[in-house]
Amino acid sequence: MITWIKGGRIVDPRRGREKDLDILINKGKIESLLPPGAFHPPRDSEIRQVDASGMVVTPGLIDMHVHFREPGEEYKETIATGSKAAAAGGFTAVACMPNTNPINDSRSVTEFILERARKANRIRVYPVAAISKGMRSESLTEFGDLKQAGAVAVSDDGRPVTNSELMRRAIEYAGFFGLPVISHCQDLDLSNRGVMHEGVISTKLGLIGIPAASEEVMVVREILLAKLTGCPVHIAHVSTEGSVAFIRQAKEQGIPVTAETAPHYFSLDHRSVMEFDTNAKMYPPLREPRDVEAIKRGLSEGVIDVIATDHAPHSPLEKDVEFDRAAFGIIGLETSLPLTLQLVRDGVMDLPSAIAKLSHNPATILSVKGGTIEEGKEADLTVIDLNKEYVVHEEDFNSKSHNSPFIGWSMKGKAMFTMVGGRIVWNSDEHNPGR
Amino acid sequence: MYRFRHQDLLGIDQLSVSDIHSILDTADVFREIVTRDIKKVPTLRGKSIVNFFFEPSTRTKASFEMAAKRLSADMLSFSVSDSSMVKGETLIDTARNLQAMNLDLIVIRHPSSGVPHLLAKYVEAGVINAGDGMHEHPTQALLDLYTIKKKKGRIKGLRVVIIGDIAHSRVARSNIIGLRKMGAEVTVSGPPTMIPVHAESLGVKVVFDLAKALKSKDVVMLLRIQFERQSEMLFPGTREYSTFFGLNEDLMKGVKKEAIIMHPGPINRGVEITNKVADGPYSVILDQVTNGVAIRMALLYLLIGGGKDDHLD
Repeated sequence: MITWIKGGRIVDPRRGREKDLDILINKGKIESLLPPGAFHPPRDSEIRQVDASGMVVTPGLIDMHVHFREPGEEYKETIATGSKAAAAGGFTAVACMPNTNPINDSRSVTEFILERARKANRIRVYPVAAISKGMRSESLTEFGDLKQAGAVAVSDDGRPVTNSELMRRAIEYAGFFGLPVISHCQDLDLSNRGVMHEGVISTKLGLIGIPAASEEVMVVREILLAKLTGCPVHIAHVSTEGSVAFIRQAKEQGIPVTAETAPHYFSLDHRSVMEFDTNAKMYPPLREPRDVEAIKRGLSEGVIDVIATDHAPHSPLEKDVEFDRAAFGIIGLETSLPLTLQLVRDGVMDLPSAIAKLSHNPATILSVKGGTIEEGKEADLTVIDLNKEYVVHEEDFNSKSHNSPFIGWSMKGKAMFTMVGGRIVWNSDEHNPGR
Repeated sequence: MYRFRHQDLLGIDQLSVSDIHSILDTADVFREIVTRDIKKVPTLRGKSIVNFFFEPSTRTKASFEMAAKRLSADMLSFSVSDSSMVKGETLIDTARNLQAMNLDLIVIRHPSSGVPHLLAKYVEAGVINAGDGMHEHPTQALLDLYTIKKKKGRIKGLRVVIIGDIAHSRVARSNIIGLRKMGAEVTVSGPPTMIPVHAESLGVKVVFDLAKALKSKDVVMLLRIQFERQSEMLFPGTREYSTFFGLNEDLMKGVKKEAIIMHPGPINRGVEITNKVADGPYSVILDQVTNGVAIRMALLYLLIGGGKDDHLD
C-alpha cells in the first residue's frame, strides 16, 4: 500500500531548507517527493492519506540519550513504555544508555535490549554499550563484539570514566571500530555529595553544591584526549557556559569533538530548586541564567550539535523523598520537541537547524539511518503541528514515570504523526482525543 | 490590626518583620511566666505535639519539651533510633501515620535541607522546623534575636559578626536572614573554605581576618566547629583553627566594650573559643538557653494556641 503525506511543508535539515512537498511512501521507503497538486492517485488503488496541511514534515526525530531502565528497573520504564513515550514525542529512534541492571557491557545484554525493542515494535532502539566492564573504570568492554551485536556507541553515562589512561585507550580503540565515545563529564571529587548547582541558590537553601568546574574539568580532559588520539569524543548533556566555551575553542582548532545539551538546560535554571522540588534535580544540575544563555548561544552558533533528552524515568519511591536523597534525573521524551520549538520562536535557531539537532546531527554522530528526507531512503518521518497549543498534564504521559518539571506548562507544537519505516507508530488524535 | 497568620514555622525567610516582633513580644510574656514559682499554665491543654528528631540534639529537643509541658500540651518525642525510619519507612509514610493520629503540631529536626517543607505538604498539622540540614534553624535565630534585644535593647543598627563554619551552618543562615530583616549589619568571618559561595548574596560582608572582622562589633556570634567535617578537607586541624580563627581574650580587645558573645552550643572549649572568653563577662550563652524556652512557648502558643485570634491576657 502506498502512503501519501499530503499538503505538508517539508523541513530538510541536511540542506537547511523548507519546501512544500507531498511525500509518497511505498514498502517503507520514500518513493517520491512531489510538488503539491502533482500527484493524482490512480483510480481503484489503495492509498492511505495522511493530511499534513498546515503542518511540517521532518525526518523522524532521534534522541541519542535516553534511559529505558530495562533490564533491571522495569517499574520505572520498560523498552516498550519508553518507546511509546518516544513515539508520542515525535521520536522514531533513540539510543539507550547502558546503566541498566545488569549493565549493558556484554553482547547478551545488547541482544536482550534489541530483542525487547523488536517485541515493542514501535521505534528504532539503538543500544549504547558501556565503556568499562561494570562501568567500574577498570577495563574495557569488548567494543568489537558489542558493535557486531548492535551497539552504536560506548559510554559509561551516569558515571564518569575516572581513569584518564583508560579513557584515552577507550577513545583510541573505539576509533578503530567507528564507535563514538559519549562522555558523561563529572569530576566526582569536585561534585562530592552535591545535589544542585553551586551558586546563590545552593547557598540560600543550604544544599551542597556541584560547581560548574566539576563538569568543565572533565570536558577539558576529553577535549585533550580527542586531540591526543585524533579520535572523536561526544560530550553528553552540556550545562555550563565554561563547557560551551571550551568546546567552541576545541572545534575551532579542529579537534574532533561533538556535544549535546538537554531541553532543561535551555529552559530552566537553578531557581527551579527553590521549593525543594525533586523534579528539578538532575545531573548535571540546572545552572545559572548566564549558563542558560550560553547554552542557547552554543546551539545557535553550532557549538552544540545535538539536543538529547537524557530521559531518566524515576518512580515516586526515588522522587517523593528528601531532596538530598532523591534520585537525579527527569523524563524528557514527551516535552523535548515543544521546548525546542520555543527556541525557534524566540529566534535562537531557525526551524531546519533545530530539526537538525533533533535528527540529522545525532544520526550522523551515531552513523545510524535517518535524519534526512530523500527519495529512496527509509520513511522515518514526524508530522508536527507547530501551532498546536496544550498544557502538560501528568496523566497524559506515556512514559511509565512522571518525574517532569514541566507538568502544568503551556506548550506549543506537537508531533501529530510519527512514522517508522512507513508505518504510523503514533497518531496523536487517536491517543489523546479532545486534547 | 496585625495578626500572626502562619500555620507552620519553616524558616525565618517566611516571617515578616511584624511576625518577628510579635514572636519576641509574646516571648516576653512567657519569660515572665517561667520565672514564677509555678511555671505551668493551661494554655495548650488538650493539644498534642510531637517532637520528631532525626539527628542527635540535647538542648533544642529538651527546650521544646519544656515549652510544651509548661503550656500543658501532650508531647511525644521520637528520635531516629526508635522510629520506624530505620525499618525503611519513607518520610512521607511516616508523615501520613502521624497525620492519622490527629496531631496539632509536629516539631521536626532532620539532616536533609527542605524536609520540614516536604512534611508540611503532606500533613494538616502545623510544622515547626527545629533544624533542617544546612538550611534553617528558625527557632534558634528567634531566640538569638530575642537575647540580643534583651541585652542591647534593640536589634536595628547593631553590628554583628558571625564566626566559623558559615557554609554548613543552618544557625548562621537563619540568623543572617533574621538579623538583616531586623536591620542589623552582619559580617561573617572564618576560613575561606567555610564561607559559602556568593555569601554576599545573603546580604553580609565577608571579612576573613578575624581581628578586622571583630572591630567595633556589638554582637559576636560563634558557631560550633564540627570536627566530623575535617574529613571534608575544610581545615587542617583544631590546633591551626584555634590559632587563626578561634576567639581569645586578645582579640576581644577589638570589639565594643559592652559587646556580647553568643554561641548556639555545644561549645568546643579551646577550639572556637577559649575558656576565659566563654565564661567571661561578655558571654550570654546561658541566657540564650533560658530564652530558648520562652521563644518556643511563644511559638507553640502563636501556632496552635489560638494566638492567631485572641489577645494574650
